[in-house]
Amino acid sequence: MELGMNLKKPLLKSDATQKLLAFAGLIFLFVGFSLASPNFFKFDNIVSIILATCVNGVLALGVSFVIITSGIDLSIGTVMTFSAVMSGVFITFMKLPIPIGIIGGILAGAACGIVNGVTITKMKIPPFISTLGMMMITKGLSLVISGTKPIYFNDSPFYRQISVGSILGSMIPGFEIPNAVLIFFAAAIIASILLTKTVLGRYTFALGSNEEATRLSGVNVNFWKTTIYTLCGAYCGLAGILMSSRLNSAQPALGQGYELDAIAAVVIGGTSLSGGEGTIIGTIIGAFIMSVLTNGLRILSVPQEWQTVITGVILILAVYADIVRRKK
Amino acid sequence: MRFNKVLTVLLSMLLVVSLLGGCSSSKPAEAPKTEAPKAEAAKTEAPKAEEKKAAGKMYIPVISKGFQHQFWQAVKMGAEKAAKQYDVEITFEGPESEAQVDKQIEMLEAALAKKPAAICLAALDSKAAIPLLEKAKAANIPVVGFDSGVDSEIPVATASTDNAKAAGYAADKMAELIGGKGEVALVVHDQTSATGVGRRDGFANRIKEKYPDIKIVDIQYGGGDHLKSTDVAKTIMQAHPNLKGIFGSNEGSAIGVLNAVNELKKDGKIVVIGYDAGKQQKDAVKSGKINGSITQDPVGIGFKAVEAAVKAAKGEKIEKNIDTGFKWYDKTNMDGEEFKPLLYD
Repeated sequence: MELGMNLKKPLLKSDATQKLLAFAGLIFLFVGFSLASPNFFKFDNIVSIILATCVNGVLALGVSFVIITSGIDLSIGTVMTFSAVMSGVFITFMKLPIPIGIIGGILAGAACGIVNGVTITKMKIPPFISTLGMMMITKGLSLVISGTKPIYFNDSPFYRQISVGSILGSMIPGFEIPNAVLIFFAAAIIASILLTKTVLGRYTFALGSNEEATRLSGVNVNFWKTTIYTLCGAYCGLAGILMSSRLNSAQPALGQGYELDAIAAVVIGGTSLSGGEGTIIGTIIGAFIMSVLTNGLRILSVPQEWQTVITGVILILAVYADIVRRKK
Repeated sequence: MRFNKVLTVLLSMLLVVSLLGGCSSSKPAEAPKTEAPKAEAAKTEAPKAEEKKAAGKMYIPVISKGFQHQFWQAVKMGAEKAAKQYDVEITFEGPESEAQVDKQIEMLEAALAKKPAAICLAALDSKAAIPLLEKAKAANIPVVGFDSGVDSEIPVATASTDNAKAAGYAADKMAELIGGKGEVALVVHDQTSATGVGRRDGFANRIKEKYPDIKIVDIQYGGGDHLKSTDVAKTIMQAHPNLKGIFGSNEGSAIGVLNAVNELKKDGKIVVIGYDAGKQQKDAVKSGKINGSITQDPVGIGFKAVEAAVKAAKGEKIEKNIDTGFKWYDKTNMDGEEFKPLLYD
């Protein structure tokens, strides 16, 4: 890919074009669907789209870091479920206060990330395999811990408000934007700062561009890699909280398949699977493209079979556009 | 190289096992009659069960479409109850998701290799299972279908809810609740399984036949996934602002519709009819947010499937279609005693 050392300059430029391209795609979809259906461009529906993006978006944020290091994390969907189940255990079974349950859920996700990081860096198992293993482990554990039953948050009505309540709505009447959306945006801003303004972000790009050069320049590669997988796990934990609070229950059987949607969002957003490039704003646009597409096609009553086909075509086109741009 | 050797050994072992399994179909059981006449299910199995005990317990694998879902746990409960009553040994297994047709076929293969007395199967994809079912038939292992059943002549009996009939009843209720006219929509769990198709068509056909003033404006699929069904239902409501009612075709779909109604604050403006039970759905029916739901009898399905398998293995006559029934429940009747075993959490 890029020359290992000269990281910054070519990146900035290609980022700008990619952002523009993906953003143009998003706008195009928006305009297209608005023209096709009068019910698409409405406040309520826009809020629905954003809310539907939250879970996938937060997962995509986390896995963006991993993908930029040229790694992959297939466990994000089921780690999300595992975190949701754990927060259910803390809140409903152990009757702990809600904030502790939330932190516990996020930490459970982070713990899975640590295990991923250690198996990858210390045991030298390729990320694809170790996270595949973690996917199965957390999937099974979620079922074991929950006793294959959903865990409900009925005793903690406040828990549901985390996602679907609206702090904004209570302050500004009529401006009913669910909290999940605010949390999603906050998570995105944090991710963006981490990626662009901190040493963690610099090493994320460095690892993806040339891991060996990074190691030789004295960076503790194992430590930073593990940190990045842990961060990804924590984001999955947050996604788990958002999902379970929206459903008012931790559903232990959900989760598998969500990882591919998140990875697709990251890739549509212009992050290369070979690592070294990517932006948070790209990932967010990618996540929105996916949910706008599903929402719009549903509004138009396109049969579901075709919705899936169309999403697949868009995925390929988006990546192809990226490759063409890169060749220039 | 070493890996290859191991593989060769494993493969040859597998071959031997499958050969043994294939050849020695020396089960004494008389060939079960496929065309068993209806009714008259003999009720005198007690002494026969005693005989069987001496020769070791009868083994009946129950292969369901899943095991995580509360519905399947209830089916399992029923199957275990029957196993206890008839003193047979059962195993209960199913793939993790209802899309894993291949996994289920593997389970069926493994079950056949154990030379069971009979097999209970809720096929995810009937056609995919047919070669194995033929193998079972050749080995004189009676197959009993349950839940969505098996779309073939091979099963000696099928214990299931008449999905189309039940969904048709839901359509009648929908018509009644929205006053006989307006727009309705469906959130269905999938477009390929017999339950998905049966409930969808049962509902849609009844509306078309009996209620010319009701229009079905949309049918979408949420895979039974609570979160996806929520977004599906929300989109339908956005696309059709005049919508009068939505039917959710299984637990996940019904909860999705319920969440959508809550999130868009359309309580009381949209009639919601669900299917199956589960804690959330029960609570919502109790509070009136879901106007009512159809429940099957999962415990009965499991029980009757194993019961029929035991009888078939003994060569007794059994009914070909065992209708396990359905019931409509809403906040007025759901606390009744008759619903206790039907409404699982």
